[in-house]
Amino acid sequence: MPGLLDRRLIFVTGKGGVGKSTVATALGLHAARRGRRTIVAELASQEGVRRAFAQSGDTFEEVELADGLFTISIDPESAMEEYLRVKTGALGQALGASRLFQAFAMATPGMRELLSVGKVYELAQFTRRTGGADPYDLVIVDSPAAGHGIGILRTPRTFAEIARVGPIAGTAQRIAATIADPDFTAVVAVCIAEEMPVNETLWLRDQLRTDDLELAAVFTNALLPDRFTDREARRLKAAHGRTRTGADGALGAALSEHARAAAQREELARLREGLGSDVPGVELPFLYNEIVGVPELERLASALEHVT
Amino acid sequence: MSDGGIEALLDGARVCVCGGSGGVGKTTTAAAIALGMAAAGARVAVVTIDPARRLANALGLDELENEPRRVEPARLGEDAGGELWAMMLDPKRTFDELIERLAPTPERAEEIKRNRIYRELSSAVSGSQEFTAIAKLHELAQEGDFDLLVLDTPPSRNALDFLEAPGRLTSFLEGSAMRTLIRPTGIGMRVLGRGASPLLSALRRVTGLDLLSDLSTFFGLLGDMTEDFHRRAADVERLLHAPTTEFLLVTAASGTAIEEAIWFRRTLDQAGLQFAGAVVNRVHPDRLAGVGADETLDALADALGADLAERVAAALEDDQVLARRDRRNLDRLAEELGGADGPPILRVPQLDGDVHDVAGLQHVRAFLFASEIERERMISELAG
Repeated sequence: MPGLLDRRLIFVTGKGGVGKSTVATALGLHAARRGRRTIVAELASQEGVRRAFAQSGDTFEEVELADGLFTISIDPESAMEEYLRVKTGALGQALGASRLFQAFAMATPGMRELLSVGKVYELAQFTRRTGGADPYDLVIVDSPAAGHGIGILRTPRTFAEIARVGPIAGTAQRIAATIADPDFTAVVAVCIAEEMPVNETLWLRDQLRTDDLELAAVFTNALLPDRFTDREARRLKAAHGRTRTGADGALGAALSEHARAAAQREELARLREGLGSDVPGVELPFLYNEIVGVPELERLASALEHVT
Repeated sequence: MSDGGIEALLDGARVCVCGGSGGVGKTTTAAAIALGMAAAGARVAVVTIDPARRLANALGLDELENEPRRVEPARLGEDAGGELWAMMLDPKRTFDELIERLAPTPERAEEIKRNRIYRELSSAVSGSQEFTAIAKLHELAQEGDFDLLVLDTPPSRNALDFLEAPGRLTSFLEGSAMRTLIRPTGIGMRVLGRGASPLLSALRRVTGLDLLSDLSTFFGLLGDMTEDFHRRAADVERLLHAPTTEFLLVTAASGTAIEEAIWFRRTLDQAGLQFAGAVVNRVHPDRLAGVGADETLDALADALGADLAERVAAALEDDQVLARRDRRNLDRLAEELGGADGPPILRVPQLDGDVHDVAGLQHVRAFLFASEIERERMISELAG
């Protein structure tokens, strides 16, 4: 099995609220530092990546954020417009201009997902079909949270089956084959050490297996520091309520963190046991910061040092 | 903006829709609201989408029945004045039942359920949860068995998906775009024949013929049912816009969640939907409460010795970063929502663990149902 950064396409999946975009961007930063020309593609046009780098502008455009690190926000409408322009010439453009057709394409189940993943596929090609665009060594996809990003991985296959023959079927088949190729594509999950996210990560692993896909890694994000032994915690508890206000607040903060860190450890152990030894785990610290900006992303990228 | 808690906020409401992005404690909040309203004497049903296993077990929701089941009063403790009912949504089944209800004959319903386009439509992860959640809400509201329906919305990255996705699916099912483009009858003629419009032949070139004819078959099967979908969509709109329907935003105090909350509010306004207020979970209270940090460190060193005191102080310092962040974000949210005249913002503090049992729900409920003054007192007690 090739190393994670040796693939050309990494789908980062996970439930909402676990820091998926942050981890995807930190992974991108890490890969760029190791010399891979990398692009982080967001599929929900949330502009989170750009916000971290304090950039704005047209989102359906490849923008360089740092040395060798790019980003793009993919929305289905722009993806369709580009697909029709590049693939089908004048006729396609006429189609794209038709409101009726737009309504048709956007309402057809799965079409939005197919168009988005089609653009991802295009980004990962050695020879880019969009004129003058340079190839990337690595495309990291910040997948949508709904359905844990699994829909986006399945859509091409479903479409290949539904459309059977014709240009859409052909494209969908090619994309599906790319996703199924473990030398080319990796699927990773971001998780936090809480009950629901752990359950869903294990569920995701099982779901992927029914599609013959394997999780290449699980990133457990936002792990609290382990500042106190249980014995020390008991001392803190004994002192709590007997000191002056400020100190009592401090003890409250320490005890609350300790309790939550212990709960996290339990869930992390359950995750590890559930995943077994086949799926490597990567752990990332909780960041006590007001916002996640470039310094925080760099810290996380450094924590990913051993990921190759 | 003194508020009287959730109960005052939902006074007269028949439907409470809890919206928000994933991972902010939406399911827990919806369940705690339902629990509290039931304790206050109402007959309440909470429709959850994807509850944590332990929480589902705590409510006795081990089986997927797709209909509300009464939570045994014994589980709720002593103050069950009304009735609490709960259900877990099964999107596929809700969709099938809708087709069964609307189809002119059982045979037609079976044929539709076998159709490939329908199978994809009803099991597609994006859209079908949202669509069926609203369909279920509408069904329960029509049956009128409950004083209050509390709806937890599907987990999504974007709180607004919930409002937009059902519309997309409905417009597909209504098929207005489709019917203009491809007539359910004689598609072969129109697509292949010389009479095909330039638009249609372009479409054929892009999508392939099979997809088009599958769609055509699907709409042929739906037939007049598309009008039922249209009518139902109008009913649903009426329900969502009713003065007795309240939208409650559930969010966390972190930056992106607050941005999204502000955006959510704007979209509700534009859509003419009623925004009742916001529940902000996982708020880090200010534990120093004005006491100086040096003074605190001294007191800690006296009680614990230098080494342990230093680590406690470090934990406090980190906690204070989040407290400052949360206060700033909450101030910004309050300002955006209209300040003192705006809708209430109910703060629930960061708790020490997952909420996975009735006791945990009761704890959350206590914060949500307290008046603002009472809530502030509870939070500072917890912080102290």
